Amino acid sequence: MVEHGDIRVVHRGGSKINFREPVITNDSSFLLCASGECVKVFSTSTEECIHDLRGHTDLVTGVLLKPSNHLQVYSCSADGTVRLWDFTDGILIKTYVIGYPIYSIYASPDHEGIIFIVTPMLSDKRSELFQLVAVHLPQSGDQLVEARELSAVLSDVSSNPAAITIGRGVCSHHCCHQHTILNCYILKSEILPQGNKKGGRNTFTCVACHPKDDCIATGHEDGKIRLWRNFNHKKEYTYTTLHWHHSAVSSLRFTPEGTNLLSGGVESVLVQWRYNQESQRDFLPRLGAAITHITISPDGALFCTSHSDNKITIIQSCVKVSAVIQGLVKGDVRTDLMVDPRSKAMVLNGKPGHLQFYSLQRDKLLYNLDIVQQEYIHESGLQQFEVVKAAFDASGNWLATVEERKQKAAELELNLKLWEFDEQTQSFVLNTTISAPHEAQITAMCFCHAADSQTTMLVSTSKDGHFKAWQLATPARPSWSCDFVGAYHGLVPKCCCFSADGSLLAVSFQEVVTVWSPSSWELLTTLSQPPGAIRDLCFGRLSCSKYLLGTTASNLLCCWNLLTCSLEWSTSMDTSLLLADPFSENMAAFCCQAGCTDLFVFKPSEPRPLFSHKAVCSGKVTRAVFAPREDMLESCEESSQWLNCSQLYFLTQYMDLMTFITKAEEDRLMASSKQLVIDDSVAMTPFYLLLGKHRQQQQENQDTLSTLSAERTPLPQGSVAIKELLQTPAHVLPSTSFLCSMFVQSLLISVTDSREESKHAEEEMESEKEEEDSEGEMESSTSRPREASLAGHATETAALALTKAQARELRRVKKLDHSWLSGLLDS
Amino acid sequence: MGEFKVHRVRFFDYMPSAIRAMAFNRQSERLAVARADGAVEIFNFSDNYFQEKVIPGQDSRAVEALCWVDQRLFSGGLNGEITEYDLENLKPRYTVAAYGGPIWTISSNNQGTMLALGCEDGTVKMFEVLAEKVQFQRNFDRQKGRIISLSWHPSGTLIAAGMMDMIRVFDAETGHATHRLLVERGVGASKSREVVVWSVAFLSDHTIISGDSAGKVQIWDGVTGTLLRTHLVTKWDVLALSVSQDQSSLVAGTSEGTVIQFQLISSTVGQQDKEWVRTRTFKNHSHDVRALAHTETAVVSGGMDTQLVVRPLLDKVEKNTQESSLRKIVFPHRSLVCCAKKAGLLLFQFPEHLELWRLGESEGHGKPGDSLTVKTKPEKLIQLKRKGEDHICCSALSPCGGWMAYSTVSSVRLYRLQYNNNNIGITKVSRLPKDLCSVHQLCFSSDSSKLFASSSHSSVIVVALNQQECTYLHTLKPKSSSRQPVHLLFASEDGKWLATANTDCEIHIYNLDKLKLHCTVPVYSSYPTAIAIHPLTSNLVVVHADQQIFEYSLEKKEYTEWSRKLQKLGLHSLWLERDTPVTHITFNSRNPAHIILHDMFMFCIIDQSLPLPEAKTLLYNQMTLRSVPEPERIRHSHAFKICKNFQHLLCVRLLEDHSLVVVERPLLDIMSQLPAPVRQKKFAT
Repeated sequence: MVEHGDIRVVHRGGSKINFREPVITNDSSFLLCASGECVKVFSTSTEECIHDLRGHTDLVTGVLLKPSNHLQVYSCSADGTVRLWDFTDGILIKTYVIGYPIYSIYASPDHEGIIFIVTPMLSDKRSELFQLVAVHLPQSGDQLVEARELSAVLSDVSSNPAAITIGRGVCSHHCCHQHTILNCYILKSEILPQGNKKGGRNTFTCVACHPKDDCIATGHEDGKIRLWRNFNHKKEYTYTTLHWHHSAVSSLRFTPEGTNLLSGGVESVLVQWRYNQESQRDFLPRLGAAITHITISPDGALFCTSHSDNKITIIQSCVKVSAVIQGLVKGDVRTDLMVDPRSKAMVLNGKPGHLQFYSLQRDKLLYNLDIVQQEYIHESGLQQFEVVKAAFDASGNWLATVEERKQKAAELELNLKLWEFDEQTQSFVLNTTISAPHEAQITAMCFCHAADSQTTMLVSTSKDGHFKAWQLATPARPSWSCDFVGAYHGLVPKCCCFSADGSLLAVSFQEVVTVWSPSSWELLTTLSQPPGAIRDLCFGRLSCSKYLLGTTASNLLCCWNLLTCSLEWSTSMDTSLLLADPFSENMAAFCCQAGCTDLFVFKPSEPRPLFSHKAVCSGKVTRAVFAPREDMLESCEESSQWLNCSQLYFLTQYMDLMTFITKAEEDRLMASSKQLVIDDSVAMTPFYLLLGKHRQQQQENQDTLSTLSAERTPLPQGSVAIKELLQTPAHVLPSTSFLCSMFVQSLLISVTDSREESKHAEEEMESEKEEEDSEGEMESSTSRPREASLAGHATETAALALTKAQARELRRVKKLDHSWLSGLLDS
Repeated sequence: MGEFKVHRVRFFDYMPSAIRAMAFNRQSERLAVARADGAVEIFNFSDNYFQEKVIPGQDSRAVEALCWVDQRLFSGGLNGEITEYDLENLKPRYTVAAYGGPIWTISSNNQGTMLALGCEDGTVKMFEVLAEKVQFQRNFDRQKGRIISLSWHPSGTLIAAGMMDMIRVFDAETGHATHRLLVERGVGASKSREVVVWSVAFLSDHTIISGDSAGKVQIWDGVTGTLLRTHLVTKWDVLALSVSQDQSSLVAGTSEGTVIQFQLISSTVGQQDKEWVRTRTFKNHSHDVRALAHTETAVVSGGMDTQLVVRPLLDKVEKNTQESSLRKIVFPHRSLVCCAKKAGLLLFQFPEHLELWRLGESEGHGKPGDSLTVKTKPEKLIQLKRKGEDHICCSALSPCGGWMAYSTVSSVRLYRLQYNNNNIGITKVSRLPKDLCSVHQLCFSSDSSKLFASSSHSSVIVVALNQQECTYLHTLKPKSSSRQPVHLLFASEDGKWLATANTDCEIHIYNLDKLKLHCTVPVYSSYPTAIAIHPLTSNLVVVHADQQIFEYSLEKKEYTEWSRKLQKLGLHSLWLERDTPVTHITFNSRNPAHIILHDMFMFCIIDQSLPLPEAKTLLYNQMTLRSVPEPERIRHSHAFKICKNFQHLLCVRLLEDHSLVVVERPLLDIMSQLPAPVRQKKFAT
């Protein structure tokens, strides 16, 4: 067996967006949230994902706006790096390599150039203990920076980001082991921790610092909120208790002005407390699911709450829900993972009683289909109808669902529903409801996949010992009815499977596989490989359609040849899931071994696996699906060919949706997200400085002019360019031809500007300005004059890898030079 | 531990009275508490919160407010009179009518020269405090509506007065109102009801803090007369306010039974401007909190539910010490039950009357832990109503059950009881010696031939009793010049000794044969809470308020060997941490090494023959001892055998027939007799 290093297991699509607290940008237009291995940038007004910030190779564990530049954002990840991004353009600016997994990230406005991260104890690799570490980010022009200047601030902290907060010069947290002590440290300018311990009688769940006052709010397991004050004295700290929540407070936030305190918990009610007038509270109820995080935009206008059902709600001034960003709902998945043939969306259980259609390509929840069509009652212990099985036919015209309710001391209630796709409404419409289709639970259900068959057929197997075939009868209005009831020696059928052409139906009865002809309902043959009941059945496809594969409970994977009706080969493996790729002849088998799951991809015709991956994840994998790709990969490597036309997604024990990605694909994705490269080849000459400064001032002039909207031209003698020209010693001046163009430009700048303005559309103008802002501010943060000699130095700029914005600017300036300079030179 | 037949008595319907007012004297660390029946109690906070003095109430006197001026205690009541108390003789010294209708509040200035009274008729009356009395000085401008609360500015120049719907600030020199602060009424239905400013506090920085019936605690600027902050703390009334000495902390008591603390805190470190922030909430009461005192380290609260609660502020005291534990004082620290050992009778003392009960009898014997069937039920023999206005302050029943005596502040009454068959005859002894008029404690000798009554200046009057009459014998006087009252009396079984303890912590032993002072026990700094003389060895056992135990040999006039050993080893820390005092000591005549004593939550048999518990041994080991096999028990057992089977004990006595009488008063029974508290919304109801 070969291990393939270039195929990785990644989080892609359907990842949690409620994993960590999101960040709202300063202008409240974007919401940044950690999602799997990337940071997603959502628009707060349209709910759309604008782009992903890709680059991390493990789970992103924190997002933080850079305190000194509001257009850049830090993200930290368990892969041991902190990355700095320009989120408006989605550009990776810098990567700081820390070298240890990072669990959360904090910054203090008082500490320039320092971020605080939580890592496992450096000495202890078992990663049970965590410490808060201050990282001095080195000021270097390189894109990949090793940040080795770490200094431990606090030890024995919790990896939960809600457990630590950094306020005005104060850092407070509660220990991960004894959840009853709140530690508060005064961060002096040189980061000297001053411990102040205080006991609380109850377990802390979260902590928040007041932005202006010395006040720390803590949330507790019993639903109380305590406001601690006076903690700079060793003993005379004091606290106020607020109590509204009836169970644990999961998140606490102060508004930026400190006038309000927001809290949320499992009640799914956002509570707003007036600071210093705590008897007055406001509520925003019915948010749908338990609140896990609360974020407030820097101007305090937008609140955003993350919910346990993978949802982010954006709330305007605590009264109105303005947008809902819904991720993949990960509740109790009872159905298999399926792919809707029409929308290519993944389908699985969503909200209670619903099926969710989730687009993996766009990483977006398309819609929820209400299957049960009954009100869900939020009460623990109440048995309600649940969707347990669902199946699509090949064309996506029909959807069959099974819902069941099992109440104590009552009969099983079963409903088989058949849904027809309505072209007009572009959604599924209920066609037939068959109540009590079987007398016991339905174990498997499948449609006949033959694309050319005239009649659509559905087969369901049940624990009552029968399998039933359902067919669409066509009187005036088509509806479904039972066509055939089959049984085999009173045994209980477990799985059923149609062959690719629809000519054969295989139904497993414990350890016997029976093969039926659906056209005549004749038992063709029986295949059996005792001992052990059959767990999974799969027909081979395309070139391997003569094979039928099955896994048994006694850890056997068998392959029968249907032409000879004999066992072709078998191998001993504890297969938890066998899956056929509908787009190739490949099959995937997930094997559970020693607490981990291994994946084998193979062709039924040859018993040697195409691909194997050990320890895909911990725990058992019971749900997986092959999803079609939008654009095929052209990988020629044998081991990654199986990923060419489809992609394998699987759900782990912890409901994480994972997939496999090849190195090439990853590189391609990375390449699509641009990276800013700063060229270091330019030496720091006075000439360089002159040009750089000039360029900067030119920009400033433009800015002031455009803001004032004054059409006044600066006087020639007052122009900086002229001053520069006259005051600089002659031996360091550049060539006269260049100075000439510069001089001319300084004279004509306002005119070109106004022309530019008239040319460009308004919004483009704005976006450009923003870019310029961001570049300017980045310069100040890296305190290094950036190369900016775009004014006509084609030889130099050629060496640069330019961003789109820069290229556009260059083109513009170039054009200008030619049109005006040539005329002048001629005269 | 020994086996006893136990009379478990639950028919003593003792009902403490609600707390109305409180005043804390910071110099002497004494808290004066006034109850609804007019009784005033003095608690000594420096000596384990011991209730050192009780001044019984009077029917016509309802104390609304208490006030200390130096060491003098004044009270004002709804009968319109100011009363000064004589703390040495435990009775009112004099009363002065204020002529302003009921007095709602009384307050003295910091200098201790003036008393200000708030009266029903709307006047603030100023009384000058003279050496022997108080003298009316002047009236302030008369206002419409009663004056409910008063507070002096520490400089003594201004007075804030809480009234209906407003607070007025008076100039103490001129008597004119300088400010009128209008207090907003409650919202909703209570809009039409005028708001009562139940309490005001005037701070030295001219901040006025008020608590009112609309549930608000308001902070006013006293210079400009403007409202600074409103804290709505309850739906009901804020009844009491108290400010700490350094004026950085404030507590407010509400009708919901909560006490809310406010603290003066600067919002950011190192800044000067501070503001009052609501911080902690204490809920230790089920009913109205009527009175509050903010001591240096604790908040003391009391109210309708009759309990006095001392809630330490954990930021001011060391953690996990005796000081940091919450204390609830429910029962008085003296015995209200008298037991006739020979006759099996119980005398219960109520403020209004006395009840004489005969204990029930049971038949047969059972295993330890069994409850026996009652053959004859306990029977109430006599209910004796007191005469006059004054409440009963002490009572006694002779061991033979033939005599009964009680005393009020003004008179002593002695009754002869005669039992023939089922009839009971009670005759009042008409002629008592003249000296026997105002006593603090009564006690009969064991052969019922003498009555001892403690009188003023720690003296004891001895009266001889016989069938026909009672005659004055002698007055025993201590050598010391203590003016404090005697609060404990004990006559020895053999009739030879009489021990007295007074509130100066002195214990005197008198020889009754010679009728003179035998000796004085070395003075220990803490109050004796119970004294007893051993019938055989004539050793005096004393338990103090700080839970220390001493044994003093009367013959040798020195501490016994056992007592020295105990002091050397020290008492177990769990013993010292108990928060109720031992109120009675008896001895077991069958086993002379046994001392039986009890407090509110346990009774204990100290076996002097067993080794004393070390600091590390388990103090409460009765249950574990039961589980170990017989031979090992001796190794594990120690002198303190503690029984917690009975709770809320008022009395534990050993009868002549070696059965134990245990008088319990479950707190639930007391709670159930209280009026219904204000309605509060409870979550999920």
